[in-house]
Amino acid sequence: MVKSREGRLLSLQTDRELVLGLIEACHEAIVIHADDLCELDRAIGDGDHGTNMRRGCEAVYLDRERLCSLPLPQAIETIGMTLVMSVGGASGPLYGTLLIEIGRRLGTRENEADFATILGEAVDAVARRGRAHAGDKTLLDVLYPVQTEMVRQSALINIAKRAEVSAQLTADMKAMRGRASFLGDRSIGHVDPGASSCALLTTAICRYLREYRPA
Amino acid sequence: MKGKTANVGIVIVSHSPLVAKGTADMVRQMVGDSVPLSWCGGNPEGGLGTNAAGILAAIEAAWSDHGVAVFVDLGGAETNSEMAIEMLGEPRSGMVAICNSPLVEGAVIAAAEAAGGASLAKVVATAQELSPS
Repeated sequence: MVKSREGRLLSLQTDRELVLGLIEACHEAIVIHADDLCELDRAIGDGDHGTNMRRGCEAVYLDRERLCSLPLPQAIETIGMTLVMSVGGASGPLYGTLLIEIGRRLGTRENEADFATILGEAVDAVARRGRAHAGDKTLLDVLYPVQTEMVRQSALINIAKRAEVSAQLTADMKAMRGRASFLGDRSIGHVDPGASSCALLTTAICRYLREYRPA
Repeated sequence: MKGKTANVGIVIVSHSPLVAKGTADMVRQMVGDSVPLSWCGGNPEGGLGTNAAGILAAIEAAWSDHGVAVFVDLGGAETNSEMAIEMLGEPRSGMVAICNSPLVEGAVIAAAEAAGGASLAKVVATAQELSPS
């Protein structure tokens, strides 16, 4: 994905910087907004989404030196497994599945242009894991639009904007999965916490990549 | 008792350690040591939540070569249990089933069935009869 024109040796150096940068950007975004995510979750769930995501991101952050020594595909897969093991809620397996599937697929494909396809397949795996569909008021309602923007090869800033708008749009949806679904119509009017964390992470990743210049 | 028993194992998974342990106590009262039994409750820090690594360890602890039935409370427990089962890898992952049944009633009835030497399919079916489909 980040192969430089100078060849694979240099690209491993690039992977190191990229993985470290992405870990730090995502960790910062979640730590700063953990309380906001808990507040969203208190309205329609069990109130621990921010705490859970922070626990997962802290576990990844603490392991960052080892992770950034791995090639990008393995780093992404390992981060996914770390989230599964540390988050402590359904979002662990959901975000974990996303990253594990992306990492495994990245490792077997050469072409950078495949990333939108890889993301699409990984998002489908998340949907199967959660037995959820678009419009169910979940993180999928951010992941699918983000994937659509990637297929269109949209600019990073537009991908981030689409993620943020998509998260806000979950307020109009009635929750069909997870604890928020127990509230039925009363879930309408609240932004989904999972969609919100997904938009925060997407924005953090896009912002980092805009500033990132491979050596 | 790892793998040695002829009876199906039972695993209890709850968001609450107290619920998980309490349910396991009720199962134990019913069937004694005749069924491999383990539980996992709470998140990795011990608070309310779920824990894929802990569920994986519980499945290992209750392992039976005749299969393991897993009982879960709310959604996250089910999602994390599915993840833990996948992490077991083939072919063992195919010998573990999550029961769609009430946690306490399902686990106790399933354990009674398992104590009689029933197959995993029969144990799961008996527990799931409790759920309106």
